[in-house]
Amino acid sequence: MEFETFADFIAMGKHGPYVWSAYGITLVVVIANILAPVIRRKGLVEEIKRKAKREQLES
Amino acid sequence: MNPKRKQRLIIVLGILVAVGLATGLMTFALRENINLFFTPSEIAEGKAPLQRRIRVGGLVVPGSVKRGEDLQVSFDLTDNAQQITVRYAGILPDLFREGQGIIAHGKLISGTLVEADEVLAKHDENYVPPEVQEAIEKAGHPKKES
Amino acid sequence: MFESLKRLYHKFGSPKYFYDITGRMLPWLVALSVLLLIPGLIYGLGFAPPEKYQGNSYRVIYIHVPAASIAMSGYMLMAVAGVVVLVWRMKMAEMVAKSVAPIGASFAFICLVTGSIWGKPTWGTWWVWDARLTSMLILLFLYLGVMALNAAIENAQSAARATAVLSIVGAVNLPIIKYSVEWWNTLHQPASIRMTSSAIDPEMLYTLLSCIAGFYCLFAVLVILSTRCEILLREQRSSWVKKLVGV
Repeated sequence: MEFETFADFIAMGKHGPYVWSAYGITLVVVIANILAPVIRRKGLVEEIKRKAKREQLES
Repeated sequence: MNPKRKQRLIIVLGILVAVGLATGLMTFALRENINLFFTPSEIAEGKAPLQRRIRVGGLVVPGSVKRGEDLQVSFDLTDNAQQITVRYAGILPDLFREGQGIIAHGKLISGTLVEADEVLAKHDENYVPPEVQEAIEKAGHPKKES
Repeated sequence: MFESLKRLYHKFGSPKYFYDITGRMLPWLVALSVLLLIPGLIYGLGFAPPEKYQGNSYRVIYIHVPAASIAMSGYMLMAVAGVVVLVWRMKMAEMVAKSVAPIGASFAFICLVTGSIWGKPTWGTWWVWDARLTSMLILLFLYLGVMALNAAIENAQSAARATAVLSIVGAVNLPIIKYSVEWWNTLHQPASIRMTSSAIDPEMLYTLLSCIAGFYCLFAVLVILSTRCEILLREQRSSWVKKLVGV
């Protein structure tokens, strides 16, 4: 470990705000990119099921 | 490959070559303007306009940094061929030090004097931990600055 | 060799095959990206030595450089898929190209934002209009343009062809980004990782390489997830998709 204490780790010398905001923004963007297809897939599967049911009722 | 696909491939490649050529010519025509800064040699040759805001980039000459009152500072910049002097009043970036590459933004007052209102540090592509740098300096091989 | 490549190409051209094979690859890619990325970032944040002149602010490098690399490779992938769309009219390439755009845009955004945050303490400015930063911003705008074009044209096939042209034309920006630091005077420094003699301390370099590899695996996972959604959407009438969702 390069840092003596956890507080030092958070402070990053005097660059804490810069380093942590960069990592934080990246984390948010990456999570959004992971969640988007997962949510979209759920919606798609439901929609395909619904359409199939309607087709069955019509025929 | 069937002839239709071949034709389409040729069209696509043709577009790419044409756009590449156009961009190449444009950047070639603009090449001076795309440069962010003038070098001390270019200023010494009189390529930079007087009394207009320009950027100059170079290495801070070791031993030339003179600090005055109220954050006043003056230092020389070199590209290892020519030297110019920069005057500046304000807070310098963390990386500012002798031998460091910097970019000053300001007015060219005379042939070799720039009155800067902004000083940016340009860092090089070398990333070294503190101990390693000290070891290199002790061994008498100062890190090459560029 | 050429024949087997051709066969592979035809296989990947089939949405069902693409869906099946990527489904089998996904767990491995997820595991690989977690195994490379999490230790890489933790080591980069807490264990790699600080930089002599920049102190700890340089730790942004472990996301900035991978993001920049992926933003450019992603665009390359999109442009190559665009050529396949225009020349061979392959449906799978249309779906991949469409899926890459928002992901690539995200990485271009990460690259620009982290670079800006890093620039403030090291250079003394958030932004400067030098050739490297400006060409990278243009890359983000190209991605956004491709996304807008995709959204504006209703018919999937015409949208794919129009965006293919834009992606291919925009690809001329890629060498400009890469060589901007050599062709012009920029505030941005030249590349540190080179094939021969990298200008970066080994301990930092291996950490960075692990992060780069990890982010590439993550990128692959994201593109696959998104492309599989696109397959479900476009192939929803086919019997294999109906069977897959259980109707």
